Amino acid sequence: MTETLTGAQITVRLLERQGVRIITGYPGGAILPIYDALGQSTVIHHVLARHEQGAGFIAQGMARATGEVGVCMASSGPGATNLLTAIADAKLDSIPLVAITGQVPKSMIGTDAFQEVDTYGLSLPITKHNFLVSSTEELLEIIPRAFQIAASGRPGPVLIDIPKDVQARAIEVSAWPQPGSRVLPPPADAWAIAEAASMINAAQRPLLYLGGGVVHSGAANFAVDLAEKANLPTMMTLMALGTMPVDHALSLGMLGMHGAPCCNLALDECDLLIAVGARFDDRATGKVAAFCPNAKIIHIDIDPAELDKIKAAHVGITADVLEALTQLLPLVSENARKNWVDRTNELKRDFPQQLPGIEQPTSHFGLIRSVADCLDDEAVIATDVGQHQMWVAQAYPLRRPRQWLTSGGLGTMGFGVPAAIGAALAEPQRTVVCFTGDGSILMNIQELVTAAEEDVNIKIVLMNNAVLGLVHQQQTLFYGERLFASKFKGMPDFVQAALALGISAVDLDQAADPQAALRDAIQRPGPCLIHVSIDAEQKVYPMVPPGAANRDMIGA
Amino acid sequence: MNATTQNEQAALARAVLEIDVNNHPGVMSHIVGLFSRRAYNVEGILCLPVGNGAQSRIWLLVNEDARLAQMIKQVEKLEDVQSVRRHHADHEVFCNLEDFFRA
Repeated sequence: MTETLTGAQITVRLLERQGVRIITGYPGGAILPIYDALGQSTVIHHVLARHEQGAGFIAQGMARATGEVGVCMASSGPGATNLLTAIADAKLDSIPLVAITGQVPKSMIGTDAFQEVDTYGLSLPITKHNFLVSSTEELLEIIPRAFQIAASGRPGPVLIDIPKDVQARAIEVSAWPQPGSRVLPPPADAWAIAEAASMINAAQRPLLYLGGGVVHSGAANFAVDLAEKANLPTMMTLMALGTMPVDHALSLGMLGMHGAPCCNLALDECDLLIAVGARFDDRATGKVAAFCPNAKIIHIDIDPAELDKIKAAHVGITADVLEALTQLLPLVSENARKNWVDRTNELKRDFPQQLPGIEQPTSHFGLIRSVADCLDDEAVIATDVGQHQMWVAQAYPLRRPRQWLTSGGLGTMGFGVPAAIGAALAEPQRTVVCFTGDGSILMNIQELVTAAEEDVNIKIVLMNNAVLGLVHQQQTLFYGERLFASKFKGMPDFVQAALALGISAVDLDQAADPQAALRDAIQRPGPCLIHVSIDAEQKVYPMVPPGAANRDMIGA
Repeated sequence: MNATTQNEQAALARAVLEIDVNNHPGVMSHIVGLFSRRAYNVEGILCLPVGNGAQSRIWLLVNEDARLAQMIKQVEKLEDVQSVRRHHADHEVFCNLEDFFRA
């Protein structure tokens, strides 16, 4: 049946057909035709953020918690520029996202029209792909393709910029395209897989190095199976936390700048590094020349450009991690590898991640432990960026892929609260905890209003040390203790601010029994801010100084 | 384009890249953006549509340095790039153009 529909109606229909049920965004002049059509949709719930960056991170929270493509919308000009940080963040962490922006009418593009900005040009280096739609007809091809691109291969953000006249014009539609979905890459090269298996079988001191790609491909169980079958001591990047339960016998924890000392030391001894869905990020490797200097490298990644980018691989395999591991597992022989496992256990015993004060419930580590004690593995743990983020990465018992939502590559303060809202919207059955700091929360505090409006089940644990912690730490350690612009003189009353923005709040500083107050706040449904003062002098240790080798840790 | 980097001045050899792309207004930006944001100078560019105009072919003359293999991989990843072929600098496509570039 042929229907006459506007570009805006076509866009909304395509999103519905795509299976999208939640869209987050912020309207404005150049996207009003789409908002008008969206208002008529009976299946899509629109979540009104209070800043476009918030919308971008809410969409990311949905995508990170579920693995499905998240969708956000904004108007032209400042609406689009405000989205950019969330898009760049999605690019660096390979998060599937479709961002739709309104644009001034085609006839006005290039005239410096009101709220005109070159969204296509601005988004070019921070998207996986981007489109400037030049006709209404093209929407039928571009929108499904955007979802396919976002979800296929290495996931990433795709931006669709739609001029207002393209949204408003009506055309006849007689057939609908198939929704865009993930296209699997070709299978891993069998010869390379066999070569990798024989290297693993021959290795004396192999280490398994898991990255975020293991989460994206849904391969966590296979990675753990591989580790167990061949007795491979395993370390995870920040992005991979949760892929192997932290208390698994073979887990060495997180590697890198703030990683577990045993992990960074084991790297020096290994003779084979098996990198799976990891990209040798500088925060993980430290000084590259000194990173596992005696090891051969097997590198499995879906993105061929990651192979040999930082470290040359002896065997490089371009493939979906899950598919490659499925091929690899039967070829790897069972091996007790007793000497090496004993040695890594010795390193774990002698050089563990130190968690000082974990028994005191209001210390930074103790607070994280107390929160974990109130929850099971079904909870989602989001963080903002800073000291609190690293402490949670070090101390929270993460045991499930997609349990952990954090801004790894871009390291965006302001990520936590909206990402937690997104996770709670996508998975309302879960409790979502957002650990944040007094710096980070102010970067998107307006989204507390969104949290209140949507009544999402999020618990924001605000670790307040009244300083910009990681800056304070670096100035203390590396800039002669010249503390500048890192101590907050003005400090809002966060409990009153949360109440004023419409969510409940509790101050553990004032609680007679902080642990009981914490448990009560976490168990009560709905959004709540939990405020705790912590000591500004606490550092994130160990710390590999920027540019140094991982073995040269301060505070290990 | 960018000033040449030290890295590139040290390079002796040049390479010619032949890139088949979908022909639309953004494709050139996508490709040269990969080079410019890595401060990798592009010495020469030629581009014309091929066939019915749905595709174009872009020829790039670039200095060879250690990053070129990574650059080619990045170009190959672009959605609108069909194929990338690498030639030696003596490829004839840029050879007869000198008449147009006399000072």
